[in-house]
Amino acid sequence: MIEGIFVDGLVFSIMVIGILISYRILDFADLTCDGSVATGAAIATMAIVSGFPITVALLFAFLGGVLAGMVTATIHNKLKIPGLLAGILTMTMLYSINLRILGNKANVPLLRVTTLYTKLPTIFSFMAPEWASLVGTLLVVLLVKSIIDVFFRTDLGVSMGAMGGNEQMVISQGINPELLKMMGIGLSNGLIALSGGLLAQYQGFADANLGQGMVVQGLAAIMIGEFLFSSNRISLLTLRAIFGAIIYKALMFFGRKYGYLVNITPNDFKLLTGILVIASLFIAQTRSAASSAGAKRKAIARSQQRRDTMEEESHA
Amino acid sequence: MLDLNSITKVFYPGTVNENLAIDDVNLHVNKGDVICIVGSNGSGKSTLFNLIAGTYPVTAGTMTFDGADITNKPEYRRAMTIGRIFQDPTRGTAANMSIEDNMITAETKGMKGLRISLNNEKRQQYRTLLSLIGLEDRLKDNVGLLSGGQRQALTLLMMVMSRPKMVLLDEHTAALDPRNAQTVMDLTERFIGEHQLTAMMITHNMQAAIDFGNRLIMMDEGRIIFDVSGEEKSSLTVEKLVRLFRDLSNKTYAHDAGLLTKE
Repeated sequence: MIEGIFVDGLVFSIMVIGILISYRILDFADLTCDGSVATGAAIATMAIVSGFPITVALLFAFLGGVLAGMVTATIHNKLKIPGLLAGILTMTMLYSINLRILGNKANVPLLRVTTLYTKLPTIFSFMAPEWASLVGTLLVVLLVKSIIDVFFRTDLGVSMGAMGGNEQMVISQGINPELLKMMGIGLSNGLIALSGGLLAQYQGFADANLGQGMVVQGLAAIMIGEFLFSSNRISLLTLRAIFGAIIYKALMFFGRKYGYLVNITPNDFKLLTGILVIASLFIAQTRSAASSAGAKRKAIARSQQRRDTMEEESHA
Repeated sequence: MLDLNSITKVFYPGTVNENLAIDDVNLHVNKGDVICIVGSNGSGKSTLFNLIAGTYPVTAGTMTFDGADITNKPEYRRAMTIGRIFQDPTRGTAANMSIEDNMITAETKGMKGLRISLNNEKRQQYRTLLSLIGLEDRLKDNVGLLSGGQRQALTLLMMVMSRPKMVLLDEHTAALDPRNAQTVMDLTERFIGEHQLTAMMITHNMQAAIDFGNRLIMMDEGRIIFDVSGEEKSSLTVEKLVRLFRDLSNKTYAHDAGLLTKE
């Protein structure tokens, strides 16, 4: 049971890392995610059903996501419209494309085929099947995490971070920001689609509606992660995203399991996720207000103390 | 080095807001020139810089740099050889990243590869460079933590690191307090001298415009109305300059001397 939460969270965490790249590192509010996660699931499912090996299917899913992200970046770059609108356009168009990929069906099951999650228990046959799934997923996530960590320490990765902070600066360094956005948003959506490809195999089917509300869920996970510890190092940012993803999935699990006690059903989860994001933002705000209030108290105390010592000196 | 031929810029053409910002400007910048540009607000100084840097396209005219036509080159391509510092200290550096990451981005111009260039040897070099501006122990601090003066000094350092052929300084000390402005100005002078840079600097400080560089240009209503260099420039005084401005700009500002502040 507990393994299930972790596998679910780890599969989700690859998507959260993708969202981390677009929202936090590139500062690009990208809604393509809701479409590209389903694209990844659809591509991986159809590839596996038509007999491709699992790794190839996942690679196709990744590349499909990269393509979707590059479409968003191109719309944003060439038509000079905000990233938010570009993402909504791609996401909407992807819904039709995803149905096409799934052969005009809303739902394609992965029955009687080898998927990652039927294969893992045979690879790690010395452990229980649930644990084999967990270890296998963990290895995939760690691989993705280390590649991303290294990438954002290369010169190219650093310049992407610079663009997120100050676009003018990368222009001044002779870098084409449009190209950086293509690569960054492409990478972000590639990871999101990869996560979709894993999710389809884990749950055993691909669904055209899979992506609904994924961005908000991903943001919720990022914000939960940001409460854990603060850092500007990329390896800790991705680690935080993974923890946030697992915690989010655990919350949802307990919501499903014990929610009925307070009359909460899975139908309420989208509302609750939204409220969770708003609450996180609110807490972050009150935190900074509290620390500035603390600084003010200290400042008053300091000047009071100075006045006291001055008075004492004048008495003496 | 840089040639502007009949450059004209019209903003919002065909609308009620149509505005002739640069009016048929011809300018020849020689290699090694250090030019100060003065003029009242709205005279077209910053627009001229934006056109040279490629932020906006020109409406008419052509521009060549080292003999090559750059009229339609995008801004990021021109930035390979033309460095630029803005009045706003936040525009030259990325606040969300450490000083060392900012510096590694400035180390080479152009698209970056998948190499990890930042190593301890580089850090040692950066520490030596940063000691010029007293930031040698803050390599890992985020740039957002620095003051405006420190950030502007870092921007200047990063610009010099990337070895541009020409630099555009858009009132780059105007947002700083007098002491920091002096520090940044001294550094500017030092770097321009050490690397024999060609430079154009916009300033509202008449005294600085007279003391600094070998050439002075005065702009008004999108035109260059006055261009002196050498002897003629060094014999100028603030009073003369203000009088010249009043005569040449044929304007009846009550306080045009105030627009061209002495200090």
